[in-house]
Amino acid sequence: MDFTLKIWRQKNAKAKGKFVTYKVTGISESSSFLEMLDVFNDQLVTKGEDPVVFDHDCREGICGTCSLYINGRPHGPDDAVTTCQLHMRKFKDGDTIVIEPWRSKAFPVIRDLMVDRQAFDKIIQAGGFISVNTGGIPDANAILIPKADADSSMDAAACIGCGACVAACKNASAMLFVAAKVSHLALLPQGKAEASRRVQAMVAKMDELGFGSCTNTGACEAECPKQISIDNIARMNREFLGAKMGSQKKKVVAGGF
Amino acid sequence: MTKLNSKIPQGPVATKWSSYKDHIALVNPANKRKLDIIVVGTGLAGASAAASLGALGFKVKAFCYQDSPRRAHSIAAQGGINASKNYQNDGDSVYRLFYDTIKGGDYRAREGNVYRLAEVSGAIIDQSVALGVPFAREYGGLLDNRSFGGAQVSRTFYARGQTGQQLLLGAYSAMARQVSLGNVESFIRHEMLDVVLVDGRARGIIARNLVTGEIERHSAHAVVLATGGYGNVFFLSTNAMGSNATALWKAYKKGAFFGNPCFTQIHPTCIPVHGDFQSKLTLMSESLRNDGRIWVPKRKEDVEALRHNKIKPKDIAEENRDYYLERRYPAFGNLVPRDVASRAAKERCDAGFGVGETGLAVYLDFADSIKRLGRNVIEERYGNLFQMYQKIVDENPYENPMMIYPAVHYTMGGLWVDYDLMSTVPGLFVAGEANFSDHGANRLGASALMQGLADGYFVLPYTMQNYLADQINVPRFKTDLPEFEEAEKQVKSRLQKLFDVKGSKPVDHFHRQLGKIMWEYVGMARNKEGLQKAITMIRELRAEFWKDVKITGETNEVNPELEKAGRVADFMELGELMAMDALNREESCGGHFREEYQTPEGEALRNDEDFMYVAAWEYKGDDKEPALNKETLEYEAIEVKQRNYK
Repeated sequence: MDFTLKIWRQKNAKAKGKFVTYKVTGISESSSFLEMLDVFNDQLVTKGEDPVVFDHDCREGICGTCSLYINGRPHGPDDAVTTCQLHMRKFKDGDTIVIEPWRSKAFPVIRDLMVDRQAFDKIIQAGGFISVNTGGIPDANAILIPKADADSSMDAAACIGCGACVAACKNASAMLFVAAKVSHLALLPQGKAEASRRVQAMVAKMDELGFGSCTNTGACEAECPKQISIDNIARMNREFLGAKMGSQKKKVVAGGF
Repeated sequence: MTKLNSKIPQGPVATKWSSYKDHIALVNPANKRKLDIIVVGTGLAGASAAASLGALGFKVKAFCYQDSPRRAHSIAAQGGINASKNYQNDGDSVYRLFYDTIKGGDYRAREGNVYRLAEVSGAIIDQSVALGVPFAREYGGLLDNRSFGGAQVSRTFYARGQTGQQLLLGAYSAMARQVSLGNVESFIRHEMLDVVLVDGRARGIIARNLVTGEIERHSAHAVVLATGGYGNVFFLSTNAMGSNATALWKAYKKGAFFGNPCFTQIHPTCIPVHGDFQSKLTLMSESLRNDGRIWVPKRKEDVEALRHNKIKPKDIAEENRDYYLERRYPAFGNLVPRDVASRAAKERCDAGFGVGETGLAVYLDFADSIKRLGRNVIEERYGNLFQMYQKIVDENPYENPMMIYPAVHYTMGGLWVDYDLMSTVPGLFVAGEANFSDHGANRLGASALMQGLADGYFVLPYTMQNYLADQINVPRFKTDLPEFEEAEKQVKSRLQKLFDVKGSKPVDHFHRQLGKIMWEYVGMARNKEGLQKAITMIRELRAEFWKDVKITGETNEVNPELEKAGRVADFMELGELMAMDALNREESCGGHFREEYQTPEGEALRNDEDFMYVAAWEYKGDDKEPALNKETLEYEAIEVKQRNYK
């Protein structure tokens, strides 16, 4: 298969970027999208040009490293996959493919298609955890968790932190990412003890880092490679509201733990 | 020859660890704050170590090459984690997990370490649940278990097909908390390019900032390498694209011995290779062997008809199918250990019964289980794996059996460590897959997650404290010491050397060539002639690399080609050491199968008389042969037998 590629090229964070058009030839339809880029890059290197920089690692859809806006959709035209799981058989021979990095103020471009997603780590560091040290833990079966709760928690915990939700959102909101973590922990009895300050701290950090607001368009859910449901956002809003009301009474200060 | 001291505590195997803990030196909380630890790698071992050491009060610097610690390749582990909880009342115990692991490893692991691993396995589950890992549950609210290869009990805990992801996110969140508390500092997109020794002790690292290209110096009182395995020496493997051996190789060159480099795990159930441009292989979890049955046609005419698409697998009558694992190993059936299952698949394919376009595949069939349990049960258990398979292969595994073939998955070899998990370089600790490990010559399924977390949560916090106890008066290290200066100079000159080649071929070309040599001659079956040939071929390839590799761009910018070049250069040297080790080990054991040494039934034939030892290789210089040191393995608690899964 042969393709025309329109790729966003940007030398570094400060440089001005632009689209550059290339041809790539001899691609197998069973190749993954990233394997197509590998072949293309080897062709560039052989010609002495700088290869296109893109983030990728596990290539089996779980590490959340790969990104890319492909023909206007995060992770490309297939549903419920990451870019590394997208195969060229989803395209037609001769297609023109437009490839861009994630677009969000909170994810600045580092080079070409590679962006900086440290903001997600910072949100987790603000409270996306259960405060226990190592050791001295009671037996795992001492806590009974109804199967339905464990399953719902797992549904939310399946988030891979790729950022497609932010990239898909016209407001560049990180609500689905944050809501997935809040829900994952709030649904478990172990996570309830500090649920209130967790949600407040994470939301405060999210706002501080320049992510936009949620206007319930559902674009995040539609493009999430792990099909994380926006029900989680509703749950987070309830948690947040409850926490805020509770905190006025108890004067719990968010953060600082 | 250096005498290796494994420092196994005295006394019966069951009390070694508790007696060790009772007698180690401790560091008081005020002093912990004055001690720095560098942890390289943030997978299960690295993240759990950073979190636990940080929680104790040490000042930790954690490094990863990924853009977030959460993305380390532990995340991709699918099936589960073993623990001897005996929740199923099916006869499990610490001793039995210990026994299964030693036996599974074909009697090439250290008793003391493996017993400790089994002993702390239960606490890992407790810890992970407390951190919010949503393990699968029964309706009553208790934890569910499944079975894995090489065991006759159900001791595997799981979170759908994403157990590694959930365990890593647990450890990552614990580490994130320590970051917020100021005990851990996280360095992302950093690659360690050397370890720095001061007065013979590991006191820091040289790392390249992968965004700016800057070469940085970092000092500490001790260094932990938790950088994973080196399966990517085969180019095609189930490892992540970035997984590499550079940290281990640099440490080896600074005096850390390399233990059993030839012990490689070939996983039996991966999606077969499809073409020349393939970049990696995808695993289909071993858990699938709980409900899937492995078979190939009995008759050659069916093989032919399948290849020409004249019939479908379901058209082949029951009596014309060869469920070869059930036939050869009735006691364990489809749940034999990985090395056994992989070799059996290779045997059938080599005999001409393989299926698929290339003839290098066997069927993993769920039709019986779907009939017995219903499609919804199978979907609940393995839904994400079936989806993954369908996306890659474009076939529906609910309708047609999966096609699978063995692929490189894990390396049991790694840097040699003593009971403290310390290498032969004082102050340089090695954890998780990176060390030569508790898995002997073959790792059992669901034991990698167990070992990574055991090392990080429950072993290093004790053993490192013991090491650091006499370091409390050593002030923080300055990075302007001549040792740091020299190491930085070396790193920079090597990067420049790579650029200066100015050849014509991209790095991937050499990596693919290396992979082909390794898979052909140092893969599932090895022999003397092939291994000697591999050594010659690798040397030639290396010479060609240094004459003809082409790297574009500059050092002071994001440059993935430069990153790959450094890693491949190290893989080419390590590949040769693996072949040398395989050549030296004139026996078959676990994943190491020398064709010259097999039983009449084609099973691995060990030679305990001459080879019941850990081969620990010592670097002697770039143009010199490495020296072989031997740690003799002694079995007191377990009787050494021929492995039998029949």
